[in-house]
Amino acid sequence: MLDHLTDIRPAEATARDVPEPLIEARGLCKAYSRRAVVLDGVDLRIEAGERVALIGSNGSGKSTLLKCLIGLHPITGGELTCFGEPVGPQASRAQRLRTRRQTGFVFQKHCLVRRRSVLSNVIHGLFGEAGSWRAFCHSLAPEDWRGRAMEALDAVNLADKAMLRADTLSGGQQQRVAVARALVRRPRLLIADEPAASLDPVSGRNVMELFSTLCREHDITLLYTSHDMAHATAYADRVVALKGGRVHFDRPVAKVSRANLHDVFDG
Amino acid sequence: MAERGFPQPGRFEGFSALNFALLVALGAVILASMGKVAPSPQQLAEGVPGMASLVGRMLPPNTEPAFLARIGMRILETFQIALVGAAIGIVLSLPIAWCAARGVSPFGRGSFLVKAFVSFLRTVPDLVWALLFVASIGLGAVAGTMTIVVDTIGFCGRFFAEAMEDAEKEPQEALSAIGAGKGSILVGAILPDIMPSLINSSLFAVEKAVRSSVVLGLVGAGGIGQELKVAFDLFQYRNASMIILAIFLIVLVMEICTDKLRARIQ
Repeated sequence: MLDHLTDIRPAEATARDVPEPLIEARGLCKAYSRRAVVLDGVDLRIEAGERVALIGSNGSGKSTLLKCLIGLHPITGGELTCFGEPVGPQASRAQRLRTRRQTGFVFQKHCLVRRRSVLSNVIHGLFGEAGSWRAFCHSLAPEDWRGRAMEALDAVNLADKAMLRADTLSGGQQQRVAVARALVRRPRLLIADEPAASLDPVSGRNVMELFSTLCREHDITLLYTSHDMAHATAYADRVVALKGGRVHFDRPVAKVSRANLHDVFDG
Repeated sequence: MAERGFPQPGRFEGFSALNFALLVALGAVILASMGKVAPSPQQLAEGVPGMASLVGRMLPPNTEPAFLARIGMRILETFQIALVGAAIGIVLSLPIAWCAARGVSPFGRGSFLVKAFVSFLRTVPDLVWALLFVASIGLGAVAGTMTIVVDTIGFCGRFFAEAMEDAEKEPQEALSAIGAGKGSILVGAILPDIMPSLINSSLFAVEKAVRSSVVLGLVGAGGIGQELKVAFDLFQYRNASMIILAIFLIVLVMEICTDKLRARIQ
């Protein structure tokens, strides 16, 4: 099933070939106003091929950090590079787009276009390459795009649902469509913002296992946030904990104790 | 009833003296205006026999085959003005609405200028546009079609822009996160989401265009309205009643058709 992704990823795009580190943040700050400081000097370094879990209580700045990494939210201080290119106010629009086009992003609420087919939604993942009016629906999309989207859907076991409307699928299936959309463009980095939070335990585990398997087999660097301690430790090599807008700890999964995890969520 | 531990709100609690003064002032303006422009009971009493006489002269409606054939051609022209004008207007409204929609427009904060332009098109009445086009293009259906185009852009431009502003934000953010441009976000996320609203507004625009096109002839912009004006000018009241009946029928048919289409897309 996963061979399809190998076929569609060009050899030069594998994560191992990217100059390390893949992501580097030094003293990263993000404030929405003087009083609303969300990130307050975050240092983070992620090497290519790593699988990193980002944990923290609500409001600790996890989602903001993820969005800052690809320039969706502009940072207000510090330095940030992604794929060796700056991603801050000083970055050009072309640099920001280049970063985004090498990244797959999966949101907590899947963010699919409800009225479009599953196939159309996966094709949307290719917009970064070349957006056009043909992106309106799958019937207008180029043959090549449809083929690649079907391969990505096959990789998440949803090829048979390609022509259904996105909002007719279950929550778990919709999240798998979002994974296919993120993977169809052969990203080097996959960012997932609490991908299992809106799913039942079984669907959540299935989605996390899918992430983990696809990223391991195809050398995709994975950075995900989670409130679920089991998810944070089972599918990552490393755990980074945020508390009060700063990195509370950053250590390999093997060195993370239950007490460490509870400490992150205490007061 | 048992005594409660909190103060009883007054009868006019929350109704300030300023609100009261504004209400009184509004009432005074309406009463003063009624004295000038509202019909007096005497005027109404004197008008009823005149109206009855007019209705008497209008009946029965003229059903001569030659006249009906001429009316049929004019109705066809009215429909053509309405449909062509509305179709062109709806197509032009889409890019204009995109440029006017806040948070979606490729012009960023400059979108308010486009919105102001759309407001201008909307605030000038259709008969005034018709007079302008008749003066610039000449008498006939083309002036009517141009009027409907402008009127439709004013109407659809606003509603399309509002629908784009209210479109679901999450799919747009998801596409933005993977490097899609504004055009791709419009085509991929916004238009599919607001399609029912676009169709609904377009159907209202067609309905409005049919209603407008029947009166545009009064100022020489083609359609059945031109026949109505001639009938009244020449005191041919039986012809006029037939034309009014035809206008009623085409508006009714159009409303039934658009209602059925709207029900199907809900």
